[in-house]
Amino acid sequence: MTRQAPDSAAAARPMRSLGRDSVGVALVAIAGLAGYWLFPDNLSFLTRMISVALLVLSLDLVVGYCGIASLGQAALYGAGAYAAGIACLAGVTEPFLLILIGAAAGGVTGLLMGTIMLRAHGLPQLVLSIAIVQLLHEAANKAYSVTGGSDGLSGMAPAPLFGIFEFDLWGRTAYLFGLALLVIVFVALKLLVRSPFGMVCRGLKQDPLRVSALGISAFPVLLRMFLISGAVAGTGGALGAIATQVVGLDSVSFELSANALVMLVLGGLGNLYGALIGTVVFMAVEHIVAAFNPFHWLTLVGGLLVAIVLFAPRGLSGSIDEAARILMRGKRRTAP
Amino acid sequence: MNAVFEVAHLSKSFGGLRVNHDVSIAMAAGERLALIGPNGAGKTTFVNLVTGRIPPSAGSVRLAGEDITSLGAVARVRRGLVRTFQVTRLFPDMTPEEHVVMAILQRQGRATRILARFHGDGAASDEAAGILATLSLTAIARRKVAEIAYGQQRLLEIAIAMAQRPKVLLLDEPAAGVPSSDTPLIERALERLPASLAVLMIEHDMDLVFRFAKRVVVLAAGELIFQGLPADVARDDRVREAYLGSYAHAGG
Repeated sequence: MTRQAPDSAAAARPMRSLGRDSVGVALVAIAGLAGYWLFPDNLSFLTRMISVALLVLSLDLVVGYCGIASLGQAALYGAGAYAAGIACLAGVTEPFLLILIGAAAGGVTGLLMGTIMLRAHGLPQLVLSIAIVQLLHEAANKAYSVTGGSDGLSGMAPAPLFGIFEFDLWGRTAYLFGLALLVIVFVALKLLVRSPFGMVCRGLKQDPLRVSALGISAFPVLLRMFLISGAVAGTGGALGAIATQVVGLDSVSFELSANALVMLVLGGLGNLYGALIGTVVFMAVEHIVAAFNPFHWLTLVGGLLVAIVLFAPRGLSGSIDEAARILMRGKRRTAP
Repeated sequence: MNAVFEVAHLSKSFGGLRVNHDVSIAMAAGERLALIGPNGAGKTTFVNLVTGRIPPSAGSVRLAGEDITSLGAVARVRRGLVRTFQVTRLFPDMTPEEHVVMAILQRQGRATRILARFHGDGAASDEAAGILATLSLTAIARRKVAEIAYGQQRLLEIAIAMAQRPKVLLLDEPAAGVPSSDTPLIERALERLPASLAVLMIEHDMDLVFRFAKRVVVLAAGELIFQGLPADVARDDRVREAYLGSYAHAGG
């Protein structure tokens, strides 16, 4: 065995992880495009899947990377959805601008939510997250004149994308627009979690005392992560508003928050692929089983989750990772 | 003496219990000082007071002439008062290299940058490689901390502290939990600490104290009862009484 010179090894590792990331991003894009060709009649459902995937990704940033449990992430998603919906009805119809408005609203809400939640730790923190989403839910319900209350907002008519592609009845434009957004956000988040900032977040999850002994204050780091997480969730909400042209109270609900956490645990925490896999599997199972047996689909989803937690505690992505490692090890052993 | 680190009349009471009372210590740059004391002497409280984890009831802490008594733990680290932990506090899923790189980036004020790559920083990883090599940790630099031996984790704590380039270093029982066969590794690592650095070691292992420290202070029942040369500490009556307590009387 030849020993690699240390400097070339140091250069090789970031290159290798960069290569793996590019393959991963390409796979996400290919899977998305495959969905476009394979299920042309279900594009509006697939677009909703992308919108929720952005919510679950945003939750992964907070739960998976910083170790802060939250059952209120839909507060940020809903803020984005309502902001985009209200702006669209007020005459701002440019889709990119609507996404930016949603991201900004989610980001601001994230800052507020972080400021409140970071005062507490552990269980009280979790309870605060629930309280925040319930408060926003009630606020959206009561502010009928702005949000449409329990009727929600409808009748949004976003302008054609780039002034050319109409948001058509079959949801083709919306889906491809959503897929492009997802890929862009995914690449940005991959860079984020590999940045020094991302590493400090992981450190805060593993041992906050060590981070403070390094001279790093946790609060500004975590608050920034809440801002970013809010912007991502808000982007998802705005995409949902543009694609479905409806914004309802369910977008800022405890139920959606809890489902997002379930999807994340299903897919695997602390690696962005897990958020995507979890969302796709959960929503696909829900979609298929609900059509098949509308009364007992939740039982089946519950059973699936129990099985995952018992047999694959690192989630589906963790199991895939494990399988890949075992396969690679086998290959290396057979090599001369 | 031109003190780089000065603790003056530091006291802490929890209710009526005086855990630290009127403790004063001054250290010059480059000094090697050991703080010893029997169990329950208030050593842990002293570390917590000095590092800013708990506020004192009275007294002050000065670092390089600046009064840092009112500063929090993070601010004190940034001013150059760095500690290691009695029980290692590390990130189990990260590698030694990543720990040291993070410490270097923080020293340079770049640890929380978003628009940068953690693993792509040539200068920081070169410096980290140098520090890890000094402590013979090169072979395991890319393994997860959860997979390396406890003695190596202790060395990594020292490596991180070196990367932080402190003015004053507090070593909280650097050899605690290390099998005695590995103690020489820790000792060698301590010998390699920069000569200009003031090091305060809190330690139980008297052999280590005698070899490392040029001066010893003894804390007993929250009060300093001895300051002087390591050679004199075992001959001091008050120290013997503090350590042996009633046994001394029973014998005499």
